[in-house]
Amino acid sequence: MATTEDRRELGGEEWRKELYDATPERQGELFSTISGLENEPLYTAESVPLEYDRDLGYPGVFPFTRGVYPSMYRGKLWTMRQFAGFGTAEETNERFRYLLEHGQTGLSTAFDMPTLMGLDSDHPRSLGEVGREGVAVDSLADMETLFGGIPLGEVSTSMTINAPAAMLLAFYVCVGEQQGVPRSELRGTIQTDILKEYIAQKEWIFPPEPSMRLVTDMVEFCAQELPRWHPISISGYHIREAGSNAVQELAFTLANGFAYVDAAIARGLAVDDFAPRLSFFFNAHVDFFEEIAKYRAARRIWARELRGRYGAKNPRSWLMRFHTQTAGVSLTAQQPEVNIVRTALEALAAVLGGTQSLHTNSFDEALALPTENAVRLALRTQQVIAHETGVVNTIDPLGGSYYLEDLTNRLEAEAYDYFDRIEKLGGVVPAIEENFFQREIAEASFRYQSEVEAKQRVIVGVNRYQLEDEPDVEILRIDPALEQKQIDRVQALRERRDSAAAERSLAALKEASTRDEMTLL
Amino acid sequence: MLVARKIRVVIAKPGLDGHDRGAKIIARALRDAGMEVIYTGLHQTPEQIVETAIQEDADAVGVSILSGAHMTLVPRIMDGLRENGAEDVLVVLGGTIPAEDAEELKRQGVAAVFTPGAPTSEIVEFLRGKVPA
Repeated sequence: MATTEDRRELGGEEWRKELYDATPERQGELFSTISGLENEPLYTAESVPLEYDRDLGYPGVFPFTRGVYPSMYRGKLWTMRQFAGFGTAEETNERFRYLLEHGQTGLSTAFDMPTLMGLDSDHPRSLGEVGREGVAVDSLADMETLFGGIPLGEVSTSMTINAPAAMLLAFYVCVGEQQGVPRSELRGTIQTDILKEYIAQKEWIFPPEPSMRLVTDMVEFCAQELPRWHPISISGYHIREAGSNAVQELAFTLANGFAYVDAAIARGLAVDDFAPRLSFFFNAHVDFFEEIAKYRAARRIWARELRGRYGAKNPRSWLMRFHTQTAGVSLTAQQPEVNIVRTALEALAAVLGGTQSLHTNSFDEALALPTENAVRLALRTQQVIAHETGVVNTIDPLGGSYYLEDLTNRLEAEAYDYFDRIEKLGGVVPAIEENFFQREIAEASFRYQSEVEAKQRVIVGVNRYQLEDEPDVEILRIDPALEQKQIDRVQALRERRDSAAAERSLAALKEASTRDEMTLL
Repeated sequence: MLVARKIRVVIAKPGLDGHDRGAKIIARALRDAGMEVIYTGLHQTPEQIVETAIQEDADAVGVSILSGAHMTLVPRIMDGLRENGAEDVLVVLGGTIPAEDAEELKRQGVAAVFTPGAPTSEIVEFLRGKVPA
């Protein structure tokens, strides 16, 4: 038997057998990641053979495992971009101007449910939903109000909208034209990721095939007309929120990304003409190392496939740039202040994973839309990470960790397994039609819930350390009168517009949509 | 031989909200607990939910809302059940529901409100306790 004196002589295997196994492990809680990947108690140089240039490379150098830019946060911190929108265009415009006056340079627009579903505010199905969790936009007039007094040539704007994305982008371009800003100077991102709507968020209007045509029309239009605009933000965030695990988020998001590339190439576009404008959006969940490994694996897979499979020559086509949002799904209604801690750790994982921009959730969001105080605290969380912790001083500071590198490799391998399964089903769209993704996600989410209920995974305040009396939390209330105000606006617009002209335009659009050679933008 | 009657539950997603993680987990947990579960799918109107509850002869309706529209949609479900003589159907609500709203909806007849983090076992026990065997 080995003693403490001869420990230095031990290899990993002997250490495991003779020393580690001599102490019983804690029972009850799982040691695996949330995705169910088993973790060894210890990783060493023997467990993860790395070839530095092939597997890691330098920041800003293929395959970009360590980051997309050479200087990362020493050159420029990530963009702190908080998502906002509520009520009518007037309320949100006031909030936007407030944010810009306080030094924010980018805007991020949340639309309400009816807008996301392409419904007018006075549609019967919109009842009770107008302006509730985003801003209501029914018309170009609303868009003019939303961006009134905001110089579109100077700000970058993110718009979270998918099924009606083409229409909202057209509105934005029109507002820009009214301000005298040429299309070539408009900067921003529109989500447009319809595939993840079928997979996860389910705010789709048309079936997959015609939706993909619209997306490809937008990619083409942006490549030709809006060179500084990101026409798609390929989003794992919602896939994760729908209950998937990190492996599924990684695999399904990248598979969707490849599907958009395939569609654009099939349209006849050259990969280097549009790939540099594709961007990504990931979740930051609470399993710290698994999340960091996910971002690193994502960058490496994207770079390899864009260069290898798609033959992209422009290095900018290989770069996966992404926005991150902390996991709404990890927030609890019980002891909500604890969410501040969860969000801080999730945000730290996103930063250590090399994100380009970040939204931190507010602690009260398991209860309602956040109050101003809660939002400010969420932003301060990012500022503490950026300015106080020192994690920004060195690029990819966890790179080379035996554990993290092994986990990065394993997430990558798991993602490729999913790519094969999707390929065997005929690709992303047929897999959607077969309900493959929804089934996989439901399975993972039920499994996680079962582990929580069996207390194999502990959630503080939920299945351990509960309080008898939960503290009261102040929450944000949306004035219900705003719904009627917006309904009045859209009805007044319908009264005063030239209905014959509107009918003619709709007829022309309908006709064009039946002809594949027309671009609908 | 007497066979215990299975509790019949309709799990419903009203309005435009697409967040169905919770609804699907609950549906499966109730089924695993031996109940008959009918999941409506997304984007149901209050009227459609009332109709499903009646047609399916449900003991309970579990309504899942995370869009903030609960104060509009839930009272319409309650009214619809009453108007159709189905006020004995137990209505249970889940989602991002502020405490104050939960109290008001309970006053209007909602039997229970479960917020994020509620264990499915608690929901199973609640239904077993409330639905007459």
